[in-house]
Amino acid sequence: MSVLELHDLHVTYRTDGGSVPAVRGVNLSLDTGDTVGLAGESGCGKSTIAGAVLRLLPKGTEVSGKVLLDGEDVYAMKPGRLRAVRWTSAAIVFQGALHSLNPVRRVGLQIEEAILLHSQQSARSARIRVGELLEKVGLPAGQAERYPHQLSGGQRQRVLIALALACEPKLLIADEPTTALDVMVQAQVLRLLEELQREHGLSLLFITHDLSVLTHTCERLAVMYAGRIVEEGPSTQVFADPQHPYSRALAAAFPTIGDPASRMNPQGLAGDPPDPSALPAGCPFHLRCAVAAPECSSLDVALRPAGAGRSAACVHVGATDV
Amino acid sequence: MRARFILTKLVGALSTLAFVVAFNFFLFRVVNENTVESMFRGRNLSPSQIARLERQFNLDGSKWEQFTAYVGQLLHGNLGLSMKDFRPVTTVVGEALWPTVLLVGTSTLLAMTGIFFGFRAGWRRRSGYDVGVTTFSMFTYSMPDAWLSMVFLGLFASGLGLFPTGGLEDSGSNAAGLAKLLDQAHHMALPALVLAIAYIGEYTIVARSAMIDTLREDYLQLARAKGLRDSEVRSKHAQPNAMLPVVSLSALNFGFVLSGAIAVETIFSWPGLGQLTRNAATGPDFPVLQGLFLLFSASLIFANLIADLMYGRIDPRVGGR
Repeated sequence: MSVLELHDLHVTYRTDGGSVPAVRGVNLSLDTGDTVGLAGESGCGKSTIAGAVLRLLPKGTEVSGKVLLDGEDVYAMKPGRLRAVRWTSAAIVFQGALHSLNPVRRVGLQIEEAILLHSQQSARSARIRVGELLEKVGLPAGQAERYPHQLSGGQRQRVLIALALACEPKLLIADEPTTALDVMVQAQVLRLLEELQREHGLSLLFITHDLSVLTHTCERLAVMYAGRIVEEGPSTQVFADPQHPYSRALAAAFPTIGDPASRMNPQGLAGDPPDPSALPAGCPFHLRCAVAAPECSSLDVALRPAGAGRSAACVHVGATDV
Repeated sequence: MRARFILTKLVGALSTLAFVVAFNFFLFRVVNENTVESMFRGRNLSPSQIARLERQFNLDGSKWEQFTAYVGQLLHGNLGLSMKDFRPVTTVVGEALWPTVLLVGTSTLLAMTGIFFGFRAGWRRRSGYDVGVTTFSMFTYSMPDAWLSMVFLGLFASGLGLFPTGGLEDSGSNAAGLAKLLDQAHHMALPALVLAIAYIGEYTIVARSAMIDTLREDYLQLARAKGLRDSEVRSKHAQPNAMLPVVSLSALNFGFVLSGAIAVETIFSWPGLGQLTRNAATGPDFPVLQGLFLLFSASLIFANLIADLMYGRIDPRVGGR
């Protein structure tokens, strides 16, 4: 059975300036042990999906479609059931460089709190477990006594990973866990996540804007643009041979190491991501697309098959004139 | 590190106090050159009487000599004599101290319930509760306490006769123990209520905005994701952070307890420091006024110090931990 299934998920934020559709019909499925990367520019709706899975979006946000955790509809749960499912079925590794840890509480207590909330054990054994968790992510158990500001960015990120593991969830959603860390620390955190994923047979939904990070960590890759998945497939193939022009632009933004031609000439993408509250007609990407066809300004293509286990949402996919 | 933090704050407080002592001394010397003559204006004093009075009030010799004499007295806990009745300033001020601590202290504690309302209002921002609390707070916060005093006095004291119109206790009363306490409470009810209403808005508004500032923090999202109840997210994660500015405000306001109620004390003839200040200013009774100013400054400096030290305790990012 799938650990996580998203069926035609739509999320619309209500703001003073009107409604903003952030996610517009996303289908995604993760089985036990699956590692799926969700990539895209900021504002494409990828972090909204993380919030939607545990029903953490602001009050008044409209959510339609289905979110199934272990086959159970998250949006049909009663409040008590929802609280019990949070952190035990799925936990989120938040971005540690920002303010995900409470600055006035010791980090150990913040982990302990989650353990005590979801299991019947004494504070003493919970504290021992906190020490074990910290050691598992490569921190001395004594760091539990520290306050967040006494730790480095990398250490805080490790604490957040330990925290996510506290209740042994089946699914880990990593929401830009390496953003704002320096490259060496990024690599350490990634390696740690990969090890933990393998060791515990976790399903991992890895959200980032950094495509190159995903190809190392994830088997499958979904590229999002303007609230939709525009390409999905095995990550090495998507990275090496993208079918959607947007994925192509994302992949080209990272120079291939050892290839001077690409290093000297990294390809960016002109223009800004579209404003979700005022999307262009037709394919939302056509204004920035290098290969836009005349029909793109009126025709919005759904995902279509693009080879074995792959799909992409582009008029050129399946056609011969790419 | 911690000892060093405390030491720094302590040295800061003491040097401020020293500055205040000097400033306070010279202020009153600059305000009026011929203090004795203006004080005993209209009475025929011989030069020898003037000289004696000047010695008595430490007004003879050069300014520097006066100052060193003043500091010397101060270190022995001597603030000089009142020009009104020649009693020591410390005695005059001491008598008025307790009624003020009782009145303003009580109303400050009452007003601090506003923190609770403010937190709830901020947590449920834009709800009916929030609108009600904010409107009430803004209304009372902007209301002059002297005006409210007179309204209450007219309504509940002279009008309905529910409360006495002023004073600390019934005149000529020789009640003791519980009866005396009840009598004083009866007298204090109206002024304390006025002050509590005057102060509560500030606590409510500060607590509300502090809570709203924390609402957007990522750690609240994380706390919710962990499976905590909404009320636990508020009490365990939002409130401890929203408390930081509120603690500063509260500690600072305790510094104003002594000097805070001149108008209300005068209207209700409450024999406290506020009334004493007013009387000393109209006298004018410079030594008493000087003593009061020093006391007010010292209590504010002390409250500031307490605020700093407490802040260091409740916010681990401050205080070198």
